[in-house]
Amino acid sequence: MLSWKAIYVIFLREFKRFYRQRGRLITTVARPLMWLFIVGAGLTSIIDTGEHGSYMQFILPGIVGMTILFSSIFSTLSVVWDREFGFLREMLVAPVSRLTLVAGKLVSGTALSLFQGVALLLIAPFLGIHVGAKEVVIMIFLITLVSFSLTAFGLFIAARLDSLEGFNVIMNFIILPMFFLSGALYPLKKLPEPLYYLSFINPLTYGVDSFKHILLPGASTLGPELSLPIDIFVVIIFSVVMTALSAASFDRR
Amino acid sequence: MSIIEVKDLKKSYNGKEAVKGVDFIVEEGETFGFLGPNGAGKTTTINILCTLLKQSSGTARVAGFDCLKQPALVRSKIGLVFQEVTLDNELTAYENLKFHCYLYNMDRRLTEMRIDEMLEVVGLTDRKTDIVKNFSGGMKRRLEIARGLLHRPSVLFLDEPTLGLDPQTRVNVWDFIKELKADIGNTVFMTTHYMEEAEACKRIAIIDDGRIIACDTPENLKRSLKGDTIYLKTNDNKMAEREIIKKFDIEVKSVKDSLALIVEGGEKFIPKLFDGLSVEVQSVSVKKPTLDDVFLYLTGRDLRDGKPAQQRKIRG
Repeated sequence: MLSWKAIYVIFLREFKRFYRQRGRLITTVARPLMWLFIVGAGLTSIIDTGEHGSYMQFILPGIVGMTILFSSIFSTLSVVWDREFGFLREMLVAPVSRLTLVAGKLVSGTALSLFQGVALLLIAPFLGIHVGAKEVVIMIFLITLVSFSLTAFGLFIAARLDSLEGFNVIMNFIILPMFFLSGALYPLKKLPEPLYYLSFINPLTYGVDSFKHILLPGASTLGPELSLPIDIFVVIIFSVVMTALSAASFDRR
Repeated sequence: MSIIEVKDLKKSYNGKEAVKGVDFIVEEGETFGFLGPNGAGKTTTINILCTLLKQSSGTARVAGFDCLKQPALVRSKIGLVFQEVTLDNELTAYENLKFHCYLYNMDRRLTEMRIDEMLEVVGLTDRKTDIVKNFSGGMKRRLEIARGLLHRPSVLFLDEPTLGLDPQTRVNVWDFIKELKADIGNTVFMTTHYMEEAEACKRIAIIDDGRIIACDTPENLKRSLKGDTIYLKTNDNKMAEREIIKKFDIEVKSVKDSLALIVEGGEKFIPKLFDGLSVEVQSVSVKKPTLDDVFLYLTGRDLRDGKPAQQRKIRG
């Protein structure tokens, strides 16, 4: 059912494209740094966290979440791009199952997000966050899981987008609200009630919360708000549902 | 042995019928062409044969497999060159071809061998490691044809292989396809709305408005016109038509603002025709039959007058 060679070559292609599109590469590095050191630094001076940690420490898990959210969604956007430029047909007439194509895109999207998410951990020591070998291993596991779920979600959307113009709408009405309502920039319990409940249907909330468990273990107000097993459980369920839905949406008519 | 068998194939989009019951058979090793104006249903038919679309009814079999029920098996037997470029512009020629080989589950050694072989065939060996973005239209086409043949398909589908190319490049690409055919000898199924290209096929099916209106060798189709076509324009075509039917008993067709009649020995007939007409003749011309005339005769329309091409995206 699955062709490993096909999955490998789809991954290779996405990776080469990512590497060759310099603008995308630079944006990828610059975006989280701007959030951390411009938005973060700016707000640190006016926000009294009321406990030991600073605001800049608090947003690191959120910025990791944001980075993989953007990376996952952007990499699935290549499906829309491929459709617009015809390359998708080259894949659709190949003697491989639709599931293989979906798996190829999932593996590539997840891997690209994983690299970027893990690279951000290099900043942690400079913010005064302790990240040892154990934390790195757990974070790699969590980032992989969250990246996978968001890539599957992105594929599900991309399968429904007819053109790149539609992406603006997705960006403004899905991606940004997901980021803002994930607990990345402020603790959820401080949100007004409707928004508080809304944040629970946001899959990214659980991902960001799981990162807080590892990166901000001692924090109270700024720390995790849900239990880690629940976070992981929700992310896995979301991944399975989205994978099934996106595989189904690539069938011919 | 027949390699493509299509029976009563129909396809509707949103309630509109694009293919209205098509039957034909393609023999192994044959070059078979679909000739028709834009929007006649050529691409829809090819997309069904290539398993990119599901038909609404009827059956299609390619290389012994059912296109609806065994799409993966059909796909492993066919090569496809689309109307539009479907290469990855960001990758090199080599990377595009390698991508294809791995999708078709070829091992590394075979991949390298076939890539070198096909690049040689299409004359792009020295551009192997160049990014495709910088290729000319003709080079991209050649690379796509090379890609379509990498896995040695039983049938090569070419959907308007010269669409969007300048006349010079069109001739080059077409010469190249003919040479390739001589070298490789596999079945080629192509669509075109250029009659010069259809002339090169062993057999052609003329398709119009979702139906096949004639299917034979180009020679037989032209011979079916039984003579030359005379195009006649007078200041009263209706009157002229009545007089011709009355005096010569030949069928007359109205084509735009002219009358078309088919007669053997057209040049010798013109003086007789002039004698028999009471209306003033504005212009007259005699044409040896071409496939254009066959189309014109069968439909009353010019091949180039077809409905504009409808762009349909394949979702996936």
